[in-house]
Amino acid sequence: MELSLSTRALGGHTVLEVGGEVDVYTAPRLRERLIELVDAGATQIVVDLGRVDFLDSTGLGVLVGALKRLRQAGGGLSLVCDKEPLLKIFRITALDQVFPLFATVEAAVEAGPAE
Amino acid sequence: MATVRLSFSPAPVHVRTARLVGVAVARRAGVAEELLDEVRLAIGEACTRAVALHRQYGLADLVLVEMSDGGNYVVRVIDRAPIEAGLGLAALPPDELANESLTDEALTVGVGFALLAGFVEDLQVRPVEVGIGTEVRMVWPVGR
Repeated sequence: MELSLSTRALGGHTVLEVGGEVDVYTAPRLRERLIELVDAGATQIVVDLGRVDFLDSTGLGVLVGALKRLRQAGGGLSLVCDKEPLLKIFRITALDQVFPLFATVEAAVEAGPAE
Repeated sequence: MATVRLSFSPAPVHVRTARLVGVAVARRAGVAEELLDEVRLAIGEACTRAVALHRQYGLADLVLVEMSDGGNYVVRVIDRAPIEAGLGLAALPPDELANESLTDEALTVGVGFALLAGFVEDLQVRPVEVGIGTEVRMVWPVGR
């Protein structure tokens, strides 16, 4: 399934909803969109992975890159993910210790600014 | 024993095709349904790694994926990059992955290896027997 990206504002956060497959072919589009959001002034980004069917190391690299960029700008990035196969990927790579992970977009927004 | 071979130009767009074929052959071979996500991810990571190496070295050679189901489901992903480069991609320990001073490229490579090592119990990365290149060999049990 192709990558889909859509953005909305919620409670002072920019929510980027990602769907489909994030891999070595599609990840550059995710990277471009995140850079656009940061350049446009977004500082608190919530990436909703709820409709992602597939995520590989390239996609994870893009998410870490965005996290670093946002932290340098004094902002933060959190992730929404409640699917066990994806959560396992974060555990195996130890990236669950790097990203604030939430089960729902609402929980991510309620948690306030991510570090 | 049944064998399926797939060769593709080292372009990211073809990695998805390799994943789809790899999972289809795994299902046909009798790999348990609950392992198929891991098979899909691992074949994708191995192919992504091969494509990255070919692009790094400017190699137009095809990446070869060979799937066979003699007793186990065995997938070999073969690149043609210099051996020292291929084997040099060895693992970063998980705590290193969280190190924010890593470059994005190094992080992606490290994460890719962590996923391969984490999802494939029977994993070998070794020089090809003939010529230049490395082989990532992954084995999954067949449930029949």
